[in-house]
This record gives sequence, C-alpha cells and structure tokens, in this order.
Amino acid sequence: MNIVLRLAWRNLWRHARRTWLTIGAMVFSNTLLVFMISFQFSMYGLMIDNTLQVFSGHMQVQAPGYKDDQKMRQVVLDVQPLAERLRGELDSETIAARGWAFGLASSEERSYGIGIYGVEPEFEGNVSNIPGLIKDGQYLGKSDAMDIVIGGMLARNLRVGVGDELTLLGSGLDGSFAAAVVTIVGVFESGVKEIDRNIAEMPLGAFQEVFYMEGAGHQVVVLAPTLNDAPLVERRIAATLPDNLVVHDWVALQPGLKQAIQADMSSAFFMYGILVILVAFSVLNTQLMSVLERTHEFGVVMALGMRPGRLGRLVMLETTLMGLIGFLLGAAVGALLTYWFSVNGLSYPGMEEMAANFNLPGRVYPQVSLLKTLFGPAVVFLFTLLAAVYPALRLRRLHPVEAMRTI
Amino acid sequence: MTAVRCVDICKTYRQGDQDIKALDHLSIDIEKGDFVCLMSPSGGGKTTLLNAIGGLDIPDSGEVWVAEQRIDQMSKGQLADLRLANVGFVFQAYNLIPVLTAQENVEFVMQVQGVPAKERRSKSLAILEEVGLRDLEDRRPAEMSGGQQQRVAVARAIVSRPELVLADEPTANLDSRTSDELMELFTELNKNHSTTFVIATHDQRVQRYAKRLVRMRDGRIVDDIEQDAA
Repeated sequence: MNIVLRLAWRNLWRHARRTWLTIGAMVFSNTLLVFMISFQFSMYGLMIDNTLQVFSGHMQVQAPGYKDDQKMRQVVLDVQPLAERLRGELDSETIAARGWAFGLASSEERSYGIGIYGVEPEFEGNVSNIPGLIKDGQYLGKSDAMDIVIGGMLARNLRVGVGDELTLLGSGLDGSFAAAVVTIVGVFESGVKEIDRNIAEMPLGAFQEVFYMEGAGHQVVVLAPTLNDAPLVERRIAATLPDNLVVHDWVALQPGLKQAIQADMSSAFFMYGILVILVAFSVLNTQLMSVLERTHEFGVVMALGMRPGRLGRLVMLETTLMGLIGFLLGAAVGALLTYWFSVNGLSYPGMEEMAANFNLPGRVYPQVSLLKTLFGPAVVFLFTLLAAVYPALRLRRLHPVEAMRTI
Repeated sequence: MTAVRCVDICKTYRQGDQDIKALDHLSIDIEKGDFVCLMSPSGGGKTTLLNAIGGLDIPDSGEVWVAEQRIDQMSKGQLADLRLANVGFVFQAYNLIPVLTAQENVEFVMQVQGVPAKERRSKSLAILEEVGLRDLEDRRPAEMSGGQQQRVAVARAIVSRPELVLADEPTANLDSRTSDELMELFTELNKNHSTTFVIATHDQRVQRYAKRLVRMRDGRIVDDIEQDAA
C-alpha cells in the first residue's frame, strides 16, 4: 500500500467514532435504499401483473383506432381462428378472443347501460382473473348458451342474482337492433369498481349470435409468461399480423397504471433524494471538520512540497475510502435483508385480508437484483464524493505559513 | 555559487491597527555549502526571512532567488515543486505526521516526489541509520521523545539530499545534549554533502556550529560575520 493511501486510511480512524457515525449514516441509508427500491419495484410488478391479469392482459390485438374509439364496427374479423392461430404459433394457451358491445341490461325492476364482453370461456381464465373471482354461482361453461356473469355491484344495482334473467338490448354489427334474454350463472367481485359495476361476460358464440358479429370480435387478449417477456411476445405477434390489425402493449391499454406508477416513483425518489442529501451533509460536516482540524498539518505537508491539489486529492481519497465502506456494508446488509424477505415474504397487519379481496397475494416477496442492490448505494457514494469536493477545494486557498500558525 | 539571494526584500504584517515591518529592505547572499545562523530577538524577522527563502511566504517587494530561480513571482504549485526538489525544512515543533511511523514520515516526501517504493524504503532506512534511529523505524511520533522526533524531522528534511535545509528554532524543544547531537549531525551533513544550512535561532549554543552568523533586528541585518565553526 503506498504511503498516501496508508495516510488516508489512518486519517480516517483518527476519530474512529466520528468516522463510524458517518459510515453508519451511509450504511443505514444504503440498506434502506436497497430494501425500499427492491420492495417498491416488486410492488409495481405485482400491481402491473395483477391489474393486467384482471382483464386487459399484457397486450391486445385490435383493429387500428379501436383502442381510442371503441366503435362496434372496428372489428377483428374471424377473431377465434386468429386467436387459435396465435395460440399455435406462440405455443401458448394464454391467448383469448373477445367481442365487446355496449348494451342496456334490464332486470324486472331496473336497467343499466353496461359493457358486454363475449369471451372464450375455456381460455378466458388464462388471460383474466375474473373467472376466478366468482363469488356466487359459477363461471361460464364451454357451451355457447345464453348465459352471463356480471359484476357484484351491477347485480346489486339491478337487484338480481344467480338464476335470474336479464334482457340485453343493443345494436348489432350491421346496425340492426340486437336483443336477447340471458340467464345469470355467476356474480364476480374483482374489487375494481369500474369492472364490478359496468361489465358482464357471456360466451363469444352467443355474443356473436346476439350482435350479428358473423365470426368477428374486437380483441385478442394475450398474457405473456412474465411482464419482462411481454415485449418479445409483442414483437412476435406484430410480425404475424396483417396490415388491418395492430397490437397494443399494456402501457397503451392502461395508461393510467403507468402514470400511477410514475407518480408513486416520483414521490418515492423525492424522499430517497432527501435521504441521500442528508447523508451528503453528514459527510460534508465530517470532512469539513477533518480538514479544519488538520489545517496545521496540511500547512506542514505543503511546506514539505505537496501541492494544494494533491492535498485535495488526499481528502477525496479519504472520502472515497469512507464511502466505499458505507457502500459495501450498506449494499450487503440491504441485499441480505431483501433476500430474507424474498424468501419469507413481507406482510403487515390487515394486508392479507385486503389483498384477498382483490385476488392479490397477501405477502410481497421483494426480489434481489444486482441493479437494485447497487443503484441506491452508488448514488449515495456519488453524493458522498460530491460532498467532499468543497472541503477539498478549500485546501487550494490554504497558505502554508498561515496554516502552520493554526493550532 | 550562490544558493540563496535576497535583494531588498520587504514584508509588512498588519497586527490590529499597526503595521509591523518584519523585513525591511533586507538583502543577503548565501553561498552553496554555507552554514548560516540567523540570530535575532523574538520578532526580529528571522522566521519571516526563512519563510521567504523557503517560498512559504512572499515578500511585498524585492527579489528572492533560490537554486538560481526567482521564486517571489512563482505560483503556489511552482513553489511547492521547488521546495519538494530543493529545500528541506526542520521545524521547532518537529511537525511529523502523527499517523505515520518514523520510517513512513521519512518516506512521505519521497513518495510525493515519485521515488519508487524499493528505493524509498532503502533510502529511508539508511537515513534513519545515519540519524541513529534505525531501531525506532516503526514507532509513531507519539511514541518517541522530542529529540527522537526532531531527528526523524531532520531525516525527512535531508533524505532527498536537498541543496538547502532551512531550520526554524530546531533546538528550542531539546535539552542541551540532544541539541549538541543535532547540531553535530547538521555540521556533518554540511561537511559531507555540501548541504547549505540556514538556521533561525536565538539559542546561543547553536552559534558555535555556524560558519556565518547573521544578526537581525527589526527586519534588518545588523551584523554579518564569518567564524570558525565548532
């Protein structure tokens, strides 16, 4: 070890307690950052997966323009054969065709305007949680019977239950009047108000018959194995589609979700920023003190022939060593803590009950990754170095004689 | 050959409302290999002159030449380089770096000079041997006596064989026996290596070792005599 490095290292431990306190602040903030960032991103993953799994899927094949203007005539022709072809090409069962129509649902007492989805019952459960969220009755069978499942809030509004009949009125694809009487076979509770109040599902065959769809539908919903796989799957699907169809990813389908995550991320990172700045001030305080109390000594080494810039580098080296200890310890403790929770899960009182209502897992398992482990500590390390720039620069103004007069 | 040349230098300090002339139109030439003792009562200007010669302080006017270079117009960095290459300092309070051992303190200047590690080690051990501290190489300053620390400081000052050694009250904190030993060491280095010594002191015992005695008062040279050293 060269002498300047040795000097820097030993200087750190002249006031061991003060150094450890500063390192402690770094370790604490780094641990917190590693854990919180891992937890936060795991929550986002969970949020995205669960939101997309409720209904919209990771991506949808639609007619161009349908996403922004849901008109009945903007159809995907031969929607079931297309879904079947994609299932074969991608070797995946998590692909399902749907049709959609706006209609009036009437019970004996009340009427409400709702969105009626025609679904493939045998595949819908692979792309949506709704089949698993039936609280009363059962989900649609495989037949094309005139059955329907509706949201719990809609059932309460219409004052109907399983076994009751609903009259559906709407417009067919050709603009003609569409009407049908359907039997409620199940009531679901997704926990999402908009879905529970406004949505009903019926078999796609029956839907196409009622709304004169002639084999057409409005979307093919695709759920990729994981969110990370979605872009690749999207590219593969896009490559096979004819010009009159497009594939939209989840960001396009659920812009609100992305915005909510970005808003949450902004506020979280603002808090992390404050934490990092507090640590930086702690380092600034330590290094400024350290420089001030060694003014005499700095005067001596300048007299011996050390340039002021080199003295500044010595202070930066001391800070680098201190920052590295904080970085390594903080990242290690943070990663261990996150790893423990990735195995055992994290839950807080009431979380499991609340999550169960939304068909979400009751425990969160934050995942350790190299990026999430290093990002926070690296930012703290960077700010630590920045905090030492001012004390280091002060040395440039030092005058050897005046410095040596300092006690 | 002239090692140091000061031409009509002035330096004034402000102390409260008063201007104090530390150097008042002072001129002096010091030849290479000389052994000069600057004597004055406190506040006579000897430390200011020493600082001006070492480039630690810049005079308000006049010229200072060291190793054939005019230094009073140099930048801080250039002055640091000049001191590193040409000047060794010995201070009254030793001023060793407390976290480094005796050997590391001696090596420090060479490290700054960029001397390779192996050479640094051998030179530092040799110089510690020369000043009689070979067995104390691993001790830190706090573990050594004042005399031992001053020897380390001397070793640090001369390890790079500078042409000029400036010593400010080097014996002030030493007992008479250690003072004599230190001065004998200086004399030996002066004789063997032709190192120029300029020592600021008001210790009468130090005078005996000087080849040249320069007495100062109020920032001026009042007496400059050559003598036979002890």
